[in-house]
Amino acid sequence: MSSKVLETIGLTKYFYEPTKFKVLDNITMSVDHGEFVSIVGKSGCGKSTLLYLLSTMDTDYEGQVLIHEELVTGQSDIDLARIRNEKIGFVFQFHYLLSEYTVLKNVMLPGLKLQQYSEAEIEHRAMDHLKTLGMQDQALKMPNQLSGGQKQRVAIARALINDPLIIMGDEPTGNLDKKNSDLVFDIFKELTQEHNQTLLVVTHDADFAGRTNRIITMEDGKIIS
Amino acid sequence: MNYRLILNIAVHLLRARLKQTVVAAVGVTFGIAMFITLLGFMNGLNDLLDGLMLNRTPHVRLYNEIKPAENQPVNLSDDYKNATNFITSIKPKDRGKAIYNSKTIIRILKEDKRVVDVAPKVTTPVFFNSGTIEISGIINGISVAAEEELFKFSDYVTEGNIADLEQNNSIIIGSGLAKKMMLAKGDIIKVTTPKGNLASLKIVGISQIGIAEIDDVMSTTSLSTAQKFLGEPTNYITDIQLKLHDINLAPQLAKEFGTKFGIDAIDYQTANSQFETGSNVRSIISYSVGIVLLIVAGFGIYNILNMMIYEKMDSIAILKATGFSGNDVKWIFITLSLIIGLAGGFLGLIFGFAFSSIIDTIPFETSSLPTIKTYPINYNPMYYVIGITFALFTTAVAGLLPALKASKIDPVEIIRGK
Ligand SMILES: Nc1ncnc2c1ncn2[C@@H]1O[C@H](COP(=O)(O)OP(=O)(O)OP(=O)(O)O)[C@@H](O)[C@H]1O
Ligand SMILES: [Mg+2]
Repeated sequence: MSSKVLETIGLTKYFYEPTKFKVLDNITMSVDHGEFVSIVGKSGCGKSTLLYLLSTMDTDYEGQVLIHEELVTGQSDIDLARIRNEKIGFVFQFHYLLSEYTVLKNVMLPGLKLQQYSEAEIEHRAMDHLKTLGMQDQALKMPNQLSGGQKQRVAIARALINDPLIIMGDEPTGNLDKKNSDLVFDIFKELTQEHNQTLLVVTHDADFAGRTNRIITMEDGKIIS
Repeated sequence: MNYRLILNIAVHLLRARLKQTVVAAVGVTFGIAMFITLLGFMNGLNDLLDGLMLNRTPHVRLYNEIKPAENQPVNLSDDYKNATNFITSIKPKDRGKAIYNSKTIIRILKEDKRVVDVAPKVTTPVFFNSGTIEISGIINGISVAAEEELFKFSDYVTEGNIADLEQNNSIIIGSGLAKKMMLAKGDIIKVTTPKGNLASLKIVGISQIGIAEIDDVMSTTSLSTAQKFLGEPTNYITDIQLKLHDINLAPQLAKEFGTKFGIDAIDYQTANSQFETGSNVRSIISYSVGIVLLIVAGFGIYNILNMMIYEKMDSIAILKATGFSGNDVKWIFITLSLIIGLAGGFLGLIFGFAFSSIIDTIPFETSSLPTIKTYPINYNPMYYVIGITFALFTTAVAGLLPALKASKIDPVEIIRGK
């Protein structure tokens, strides 16, 4: 397996509303396999915007994004959806669980979409992930019956279901108290250490960032260190 | 694309909004049920009226019309061949009402594959005598078996049995005539023919067609009885009536037989053109009412899907973020609306059938239609096929716009908004 999981070359993005301004300025960076990287910076410096470009959901930019040394810039909507499904796991500040499905089914959905395994197997794997996250007892509950920290753990399990190359998080602990964010951090740490999972997490929490392998600091759309 | 998963998601979204879903489906159900009921009822009426006419009118009728000779003598003259000839005061030529060579014509027609059956007939105006009064009328001498086959004449015989016509000198008289002349089955009626022949016929039945003008004048006897009292030989036939396998061929065949046998021919469509118009208007009414109802139902579906998409923005965003393409999302919502259409439409068919059956049991008795006891309904399965097709079509169209809208939702915008 190649060591470079994610790479950007000269990423530049503009917003045109209300006036034209450069949110991201010539960003070149890469993340290696098994790394736990955090992105920090002042509010409004463009962290989220960068993450959306890396996630392939936002395609309106200049420069190139490569995932696993494959150029994703310019690929079709369907291909990008497949790449997200297969190679990227997301954890956002908000959990985005589907209220119509049980916790277990929510975790299974991306797996059912990928169809790499049979439904029974996907269910089994989903249960395993929930178990690692200490959520196996909640598997058959509906999302609205869970606490905020529990929902976030379910979202992490969902991000893991297809064994993604990289998990991206945008302030995944932003809505959680100290105890719960420590818990989420420990989960992330365990994933990198024991499963060699690559992680790229935007955070405001200096404490959280300080405990990661590498910190990328941004200011006004540029990487400064 | 994984249809099972898409269907599963669609069903879950529907279940979460069960009330609205039911309201939308009921809209479709109502539209389809009305469509089926109206179409069945209107066409039932059409059939009834068609039957009324069809049963009295042959698909093709061959006869001799009293009219001027087509080839006037001057046209035969070589001297005036290239001239334009004006002829005035032409009088019609009486070729006699009898069809020349009728036996041969009937034989040839019976062999024709396009013809179901042939019914020869003798029609003659007569006077019915009752005491001192004379009432003018018409006697049809029919071939009983053929007439029954073509026109179901027995349906219109309210008293007596048509088989009794086979007896010599028997007659079935119209109900209006019987009333006027105070005659009943078993009585003897005296008849005077145009040539002055007198005959006494025994009444073996009363007929009621349902059209007063006909019931007041028409009586029926057998072919041989009619020929006998007219003093004509057994090849004396005034009308040859045909029933065809395909009624749509009638105009064409009328023309063909007319030229072939040198005789006048009229087809069903020409004889009943005004009835066709009525039938068409009724069909158009039922189709347009059904379509209008379905369009209304379509708007209902459109609204509900739009609302659902608005409510489910987050879900759509995360589905897209986790690997569902715009196309998948579009199909989720199209499937949603098709489920509403299918469920609503199917129920609509059931209700439509139920309403039709209820109407079918409502008594509808009128003296002019002796065989009809309840409102007529046509249960043509084609209406049900059209109904469900309409339902699916409207819901698919109504679902398409919201579905396209959902497929274009930009997940970044939603996620950034939180
Ligand atoms: N859709 C948009 N149109 C115009 N400007 C935008 C849009 N979205 C974001 N911006 C601007 O782009 C800049 C970067 O936004 P972004 O969300 O990436 O910041 P961030 O670093 O994630 O901040 P925070 O830490 O507060 O989440 C901000 O100044 C913001 O106002
Ligand atoms: Mg942000």
